[in-house]
Amino acid sequence: MPIIEAQEITKVYRLGDIDVKALRGVSLTIKKGEFVAVMGPSGSGKSTFMNILGCLDKPTDGKYLLEDIDISNLVRDELAGIRNKKIGFVFQGFNLLPRTSAIENVELPMLYDGIPAKERRGKAVEALKNVGLEGMENHHPNQLSGGQQQRVAIARALVNNAPIILADEPTGNLDTKTSAEIMEMFVKLNTESNITIILVTHENDIAAYSRRIIKFLDGLVISDEKTGRS
Amino acid sequence: MINIPSTFRISFRALKVNKMRSSLTMLGIIIGVGAVIAMLAIGTGASKRIAEQISSMGSNLLIILPGATTAGGVRMSAGTQTTLTMTDGEAIQKECLAVQDVAPVLNGVAQVIYGHQNWSTGVVGTTPSMLIIRDWPLAAGRPFTEQEIKSATKVCLLGQTVVDNLFGDMDPIGQFIRIKNLPFTVIGVLAQKGQSAQGQDQDDTIYVPVTTAQKKLFGTSFPGMVRIIMVKAKSTEDLAPAEEQITGLLRQRHHIGQKQENDFTVRNLTQIMQAAEQSTKVMTLLLGAIASVSLLVGGIGIMNIMLVSVTERTREIGIRMAIGAKIWDIRLQFIIEALTLSIIGGVAGIIVGISGSKIISILTGWSTIISPLSIFLAFGFSGAVGIFFGFYPAYKASLLDPIEALRYE
Repeated sequence: MPIIEAQEITKVYRLGDIDVKALRGVSLTIKKGEFVAVMGPSGSGKSTFMNILGCLDKPTDGKYLLEDIDISNLVRDELAGIRNKKIGFVFQGFNLLPRTSAIENVELPMLYDGIPAKERRGKAVEALKNVGLEGMENHHPNQLSGGQQQRVAIARALVNNAPIILADEPTGNLDTKTSAEIMEMFVKLNTESNITIILVTHENDIAAYSRRIIKFLDGLVISDEKTGRS
Repeated sequence: MINIPSTFRISFRALKVNKMRSSLTMLGIIIGVGAVIAMLAIGTGASKRIAEQISSMGSNLLIILPGATTAGGVRMSAGTQTTLTMTDGEAIQKECLAVQDVAPVLNGVAQVIYGHQNWSTGVVGTTPSMLIIRDWPLAAGRPFTEQEIKSATKVCLLGQTVVDNLFGDMDPIGQFIRIKNLPFTVIGVLAQKGQSAQGQDQDDTIYVPVTTAQKKLFGTSFPGMVRIIMVKAKSTEDLAPAEEQITGLLRQRHHIGQKQENDFTVRNLTQIMQAAEQSTKVMTLLLGAIASVSLLVGGIGIMNIMLVSVTERTREIGIRMAIGAKIWDIRLQFIIEALTLSIIGGVAGIIVGISGSKIISILTGWSTIISPLSIFLAFGFSGAVGIFFGFYPAYKASLLDPIEALRYE
């Protein structure tokens, strides 16, 4: 069953008088439970594509179905709702709220989902436990290492039971050992919880954790192959 | 769905993180609200005091003075100064329809003695109507009778200040005092009245029958002469007609020709006082308006800080949006921040305003009155300022592009 279906997606930016075609017609299908790595040099359109997949942006043309919902027709607040319930973001720079404890960062998606405070707290504690940060609930981001911050971000991405995780170079700011730990965590989430993971990366050894690699160049998909892990 | 309590928590935390900045922003509102309350308190106090003076003087009051005070033209001889008589007063009472009561006054200063105490005070010869005209009840005893007026009996009513100075704590009624060495029986005590508009102690006075004053105290060669005539019109609307009727009647009685100046003046004190009251009201409004400007400036301070705060937290807004914050989640967060600043500032401003006006009234001796309305007004206004000036930054924040916002460094 396809969880993501992109049909002939184009994205055109206007920069002054020039139209920049960031995506020139991308069609692909991702099934539930896949672990996909998206690769490509900068300017290849992979970031634009990820923004569209993440419902942060809408395609200029083409159709994007997420769990059979046509995203192109949704308004801003509806997109926010989809992001809240269906997608967990993990960023290169962690993007935790500064001056806010780990647990409150994890509670944030539930807060915007209107879940009562008590339930929020319980679920957030649980989510932090699952990423191995038990007892660190009240630490602030600046008291945590890069790896720990990224785990908080993963806990935040998972806490609303999102079926999809979009990870934009999640190991870009981490050393090799910590990168490996984070990637193992993704693999575990993928195999054990059947969470669909879409990962943007520059590095081949990080992409090797996935089961499918999609390569972008000049706004088009130039290759789409299974990896050895599949 | 918008989660109000959590949005409040988010807003409060943001304010707590920037304590210095938040309190400085609040200071603008504190000063604004405080100024509005203090200024209105001063203004209201002044109006109230004037209103009290008007009522202490007696309402709808006209005073007829002898001798034209208008400038220009050659004055008649000095003798024309003593132009008003008892019969003028009686005629006004009888013939002027707009007049309710008339009291003739012949007064002077005299030394009064009781036992081994003595005191110099104003002695006013008048009739019982005076007490009605000046809305001046007796604290004890009884007013003069008609018989006492007719027979020029030596009885008197004492003002509170005179009682204090001559009798101390003793009951003066029935006692004899000496005015200009003549014995007078004290038959009553006037209620305390306080200061007049000119700052005179109105209680430093003795009332005696007008005839007694004429015949025994301040006798002149001109029998039946009075110094002034006090008149109470039937209502405020009747003041102008009464003035007209009195002027007409007295010109006729004094045989004043068409081109001659009046040998008397009718003064409408109520009107003068009302004009003063009106001008204090205008002053109150003006003070309030000036203070409101500082409140407005405080509001702009809030907007300024909120705009800075939105820019500073662009990335945070981006994160919140990516995670699922809706337009109104973001808006409410910033509006509540602005509102919190203005409401806490408003409450502190009320305290500053109240204590400020107390301090002003202690230091300057002005009476200040803090009306609940002014507190309500200042507080409501500061809340409105918070929402109004908080909305634009909040609106701006809510329309950020999440992708751009996430990239913001």
